[in-house]
Amino acid sequence: MSLLEVESPGLLTTVQDLGRMGFGALGVSPSGAADPVALRLGNLLVGNEPGAAALELTLMGGSFVFPEGAVIALAGADFGATLNGQRVELWSPHAVPPGAKLILGPTRNFARCYLAIAGGIRVAPFLGSASTHLLSGLGGYEGRALRKGDVLELGTPEKKIRQRKISQTVLLSLKPRKVLRVTEGPQSDRFSEDTRQSFFRTTFRVSEESDRMGLRLEGPVLAAKSAGGMITEGVPLGAVQVTPSGQPIILFVEQQTTGGYPKIANVIGVDLHSLGQLRPRVEIRFEQTSLAVARSLWREQERLLNSPEQLFA
Amino acid sequence: MASDQAMLVYLGEEIGLPAHERVLKLLRLLQKEPPEWLRNLQPAYCSLMVTFDACRVEHAEVEATLRKFETRAITERPGIARRVEIPVCYGGELGPDLDDVAKAHGMNASDVIRIHASCTYQGYFLGFAPGFAYLGDLPEEIAMPRLETPRKKVPAGSVGIAGRQTAVYPFGTPGGWRLIGRTPVAIFRSDRKPMELVSMGDQVRFRAISREEFREMEPG
Repeated sequence: MSLLEVESPGLLTTVQDLGRMGFGALGVSPSGAADPVALRLGNLLVGNEPGAAALELTLMGGSFVFPEGAVIALAGADFGATLNGQRVELWSPHAVPPGAKLILGPTRNFARCYLAIAGGIRVAPFLGSASTHLLSGLGGYEGRALRKGDVLELGTPEKKIRQRKISQTVLLSLKPRKVLRVTEGPQSDRFSEDTRQSFFRTTFRVSEESDRMGLRLEGPVLAAKSAGGMITEGVPLGAVQVTPSGQPIILFVEQQTTGGYPKIANVIGVDLHSLGQLRPRVEIRFEQTSLAVARSLWREQERLLNSPEQLFA
Repeated sequence: MASDQAMLVYLGEEIGLPAHERVLKLLRLLQKEPPEWLRNLQPAYCSLMVTFDACRVEHAEVEATLRKFETRAITERPGIARRVEIPVCYGGELGPDLDDVAKAHGMNASDVIRIHASCTYQGYFLGFAPGFAYLGDLPEEIAMPRLETPRKKVPAGSVGIAGRQTAVYPFGTPGGWRLIGRTPVAIFRSDRKPMELVSMGDQVRFRAISREEFREMEPG
């Protein structure tokens, strides 16, 4: 069996796949890759199923040794990776000779880089998924971020891997956005017209305290018209909830599944992967769109991600 | 509409058994006969959030289907409620807010304990974090609002109160509820069946235990 040795784990490196959907009634949020689009593309490049388990690296890479060799692909943010000293390009498969060392540095653009490996990473699934849920210590590799000295088992590659790249046109159309499109939240009407206007006019800064549970935003105070009185209800991924102090928080992959704060807006499906690529201190804006537009964009994106003939150059 | 891929169905306007039963029945029916497009169900006090595959359906169709399910769910049996007893060591460092709660209501800590441990609570739903059961209704006499500044990390097993609700934190998570005690029992374990100690619809009671009993029951 092939292995991956963690020589240095980087800032926050976890095993992720597309998450566990369908356990809301147990209070379990799906978790999964913060940028599922990058994860899927990385896996396709090494001949895996799009949802195979891979490593999610955050802001700062690490170093990894492949004693038996492997075929890998990097997707998402550019962490200036090198393999035995040679630069490794993103978005294409690379053969790793036995004993070679992959080193990733600090990010040069976005927040997260995915290391997909042919055959995937083998960990015991929790509720059908390999994804790490950090808060509860469930799933992934021992329910935690990787540490120096960890040794992960790799799966057996099923296919012969083709040497091909993701097309530039595709990468451009899936590029992470800083203007996030949103639909109305279920409690939009709890905010005055002025507050709603300022929500769309303002530039917010992603706080350093953001994580996989939620992105905290810094900006003007968004006061709700009526404080409190809301009954706790289910909250969707990408919900923009406003705390009593007037600070917006975008609920993210390891989100709490229910909440009692009013939600002013909700990030649309096609822009969720962009959330996973927002670094702390980056400035973002919101733009209103309709459910109909959100739906047609989502269907278009899913069609693209399921069409190999369009994805590869 | 909750989002471009989720809908919130409201089944009542106030926290209580009538809304709870409607939510539970609709949940059970959808779990038994999940439509092809169904991706996730999130129950709460008076609502059920339904997440769907936006490539297969749109809101109007989801809404129409849910209406039919709602009508059929009326005759659904909510299932048998289990009785769950949770041992709690109240006060001290395990329940750092107990004295404040007592003081706010002009009573002794022992009164708060007696009242908290004398009720049978409804397991309204699981939300927030894995296995976190929202229990109610906490007697008005000991009800308290949330802390103004939530704690960054609440120890796993902490028993909290907020408004007319009480709950046990399954994991070390941030939390704004007032902590009155702690249980040595695991609330959520991935190697147990069922994984959660309290399921939606269960009847829950708390039993006061001593520091010694707590220590004996604590795992590891």
